[in-house]
This record gives sequence, structure tokens and C-alpha cells, in this order.
Amino acid sequence: MTFLNYLLSGISLGSIYAIIALGYTMVYGIAKMLNFAHGDVIMVGAYICFFAVSRYHLPPVVGVLAAMAVCTVLGIVVERLAYKPLRAAPSLAVLITAIGVSYFLQNGAQLLWTPNPKVFSSVVGTGRLALFGGQLTVSYVTITTIVSCIVIMIALTWFTGNTKMGKAMRACSEDKGAAQLMGINVNSTISVTFAIGSALAAIAGVLLCSAYPTLVPTTGSMPGIKAFTAAVFGGIGSIPGAFVGGLLLGMIEIFAKAYISTQLSDAVVFAVLIVVLLVKPAGLLGKKVSEKV
Amino acid sequence: MMLKVNDINVYYGAIHAIKGVSFEVNEGEIVTLIGANGAGKSTILNTVSGLLKSKTGSIEFLGKPLGGVPAHKIVEQGIAHVPEGRRVFLTMSVEENLEMGAYTRPNSGVADHLERVYEQFPRLKERRRQVAGTLSGGEQQMLAMGRGLMSDPKLLMLDEPSMGLAPILVEQIFEIIASLHKAGTTILLVEQNARMALSVADRGYVLETGKIALSGTGKELAESDDIKKAYLGG
Repeated sequence: MTFLNYLLSGISLGSIYAIIALGYTMVYGIAKMLNFAHGDVIMVGAYICFFAVSRYHLPPVVGVLAAMAVCTVLGIVVERLAYKPLRAAPSLAVLITAIGVSYFLQNGAQLLWTPNPKVFSSVVGTGRLALFGGQLTVSYVTITTIVSCIVIMIALTWFTGNTKMGKAMRACSEDKGAAQLMGINVNSTISVTFAIGSALAAIAGVLLCSAYPTLVPTTGSMPGIKAFTAAVFGGIGSIPGAFVGGLLLGMIEIFAKAYISTQLSDAVVFAVLIVVLLVKPAGLLGKKVSEKV
Repeated sequence: MMLKVNDINVYYGAIHAIKGVSFEVNEGEIVTLIGANGAGKSTILNTVSGLLKSKTGSIEFLGKPLGGVPAHKIVEQGIAHVPEGRRVFLTMSVEENLEMGAYTRPNSGVADHLERVYEQFPRLKERRRQVAGTLSGGEQQMLAMGRGLMSDPKLLMLDEPSMGLAPILVEQIFEIIASLHKAGTTILLVEQNARMALSVADRGYVLETGKIALSGTGKELAESDDIKKAYLGG
């Protein structure tokens, strides 16, 4: 049963990585940029939920919705102010700006909320579900996390495959010039992508802090980097890739912690990433880009 | 007059690509811009559709100035641009590509337009669920043209529709152009295949290094000795 426990923790952690990785991969797919501030949006989402629930005693659902609303606005504002002016700039400039935004958000959080850790109380309580006559117990947080990830994955797949906006996003990610010739407003499509990615980051923040309750201004940075790795692992730009990459990364991390060494777990994760990229440079589900002349 | 381009100058950084070009397209006409590679033909179309900006002059469509109108708003005014190299969305299905062509149209009319385009291009109907990247070059060109027609344009701009196609497919594409013209579509056609272009065009302009060197009816140009020597191979 310990194996099953590890497996569930792995899937649960992987689900959080997957939800964050979806934001990375969608933004990369459409804006062709790595938004390194994405991890810090997670942290902001967690703080908003923390204050709503612990300080103002609002119901957890309201806390989650407030976090999503604030992060959506934050994502759109950051894109407008920091990235949009650089649409034609070299990608290195955009990358450095994204790192700058990341520091800005972390330091802003320190200023507003102090660096002292806050203890986040889980939005679904601390109860556990007993299975197999109590041999296996699963926390509500784990169940909620896994279910959320599946629901988000299905909803996003439906959105990009069946709605006008979703199809426009795919068109923009493939060829912005041609998309404009169709009458698609590329700038507002990019805004919508940032909005969706940031709302997902808020959900990920709440789930992350429900499972690991210490909340500090740098809470989002390590999961952000791991999720970025997951997105690359699965094939950056690919939505199913982010899902698969996130889940695998979470499971590898937990199994490495359990069976190899707690200290070495991150090293194992990144070693696997390097091997995958050596064998499949575009990631597990990434498309090989072939230029047609 | 449908389209009036007046003294446009377009730059790529320091390179002066279009030098004071003026021309016009009347309703119901096929007008062709011909010229060698790099003469500026595509640049002119990209400027009309708003992807590039002119430093001077004006572009008027149905009496309304297009200067300063962003590219994604120009389709709504009735100009469809089928770009060079087709640029269909390779990872999307044929039908999704066509739906994107009707992006600015109200959803209610899309099904009708889809039927009309499928009538014009039966091959696309057979392959409606197929991903565009798996189509042949000729089919991709048909898809690009069909996608342009989905916006129900008043003016259809075609950039090098014959590029990279086998001779038999080139003939097919030009038959389609002629039939669209017969059905009343106004067409601005950019071509390197001057012989084919002049055979369908009412009027033509010859472009040389960013300037209009010559203009006339399709017949006049096809019979001109200069054109024969420079573009029609003797």
C-alpha cells in the first residue's frame, strides 16, 4: 500500500505541475515567449485566497474565485505593460523582462505581505478518505487536486477544439500574420491566453498551498521552474504535452524521494529531463518543426 | 472605383521597397501586378491589407481611407488577402481553416458560405476533416482561396496562386480565377507567371524595383515587345 500512497502523491503533485505547465505552454504557444513570472502569479493567487479565507473569513469557494479574478487581471496587466511593448523586440529582451517581472512580483509581495511565512489552511479541509478498510487513506486535497486537473484538461481541450476563440488561438499560435488576414485581433487573443493561464495559476496556487501549507513570497518560484521543466518535457506549446509532462514529473519526483534520496530527487528529475531531450529534442509530445521552403 | 492606391512608399528598415506606386482597381475587374522576384508585388498587397504601413500617400477602398486601419479590421471592410505561400493553418482541419476565413462574419451565415465554397472546390469537401498539413500543394492553394472567399469579399487579392504548382494545376487555378471573375468577384492578382496572369486580366501593371514601369490592358501588355522580351521569354 505504500507504493499506492506514493503513486497518489506523485499524481497529485504532478497534477499541480500540469496545471501550472498549461499556463506556460499556452503562453509560449501563442506569444512565443517564456513567461518566467508565471510561477509568481501562483504565489499571488495563494495570498489572495489566504487573506480571503483566513483574514476575512469568506467561504473557501469565494477565496478561490477571488484569487482567480485577481490573477486574471494581474496576468492581463503584466502582459499589456511589460510584454506588449516588446512584441517586435528580440526574444532575449522579452526573457529578461519576464525575469524582471518575476522579481517585481516577489518583492512586491514581501513589501505588502512581509516575508514571514503564513500558514495556509486547506480549502477542502484536512480530512482523509479511507479505502480498503483503512489500509489506504487519501486526503481530500489529493482528490480535489487530481479531479481539478482532469476537469481543466477536458475543458481546455474542448475550448481550443470547439470554440471560435479557441480556434483563433490555435490559428495565432501557428501564423500570426495569416491570423490577422482572417480578421483575428492578435493582441486581444494574446490577452485572453494570459488571462486563462493566470486564472489556472491561481487554482494551482490554492491547490499547492492546500497540500504544502507554508506560504512565503517565493512559494511560486520552485514549482514554477518545475512546471516549466514539465512543459518542456512534454513538448512546449502542446496542451496534452503539458498534462503528460506535469504528471510524469510529479511522479518521478515523488518516487525519487521515496526510493532514492530526498536530497537527490530534484537531480533525478532534471537528469530524466536531459535524457528525454537528448532522445526527443522537441519533448515527448512536441511537434518537430519542419520549415517548408 | 473600388480600390485606389495613391503614391505609397513602403520601407523595410532602411530599404525603400515601394517607391511612389499608384494604381486602381475597378469593380468587376481582374487587375494583375506582374514583375520579377523582389519587384515589390507582395509588399504592395501586404500594405493594402494592413500588414505593412506606407509612409506617404493613401489607400482608399470604396471611397473610405484604409490608412491607420489595423490589419484585422480590413477584412471586415471586404478585402480578402490570400497570401504568398498559401499560409493555411497546417495543424488545423480543412473545415477549421475555412471557418477561420469567416471569422469576422456572423455565425449564422457560415454554413451557407461553407456550402458555396465546397461547391466551388469539391476536393475540399472530400477532405474537410483532414488536417491541412497533409494536403498537396494544389489542394492547399484551393484551401487558401476558399478560406479567402469565406469572408464574402468584395475584393479578392491573390498573391502568386500558381507558385510551386505543376502546369496542369496552374491551369486549374486560373480556370477557377476566371470563374470567380465571371461570378462578379473583383480580383487583384499578383503573379510571376506573367503569361497566365495577362491571359485572364482586364488590366495589368508591370512593376520594376518598386516602381510601376508600364501599364495597360491585359492584351496590350501581352503583345508589347518589351514585356515579351522581359517576362514572356521572347
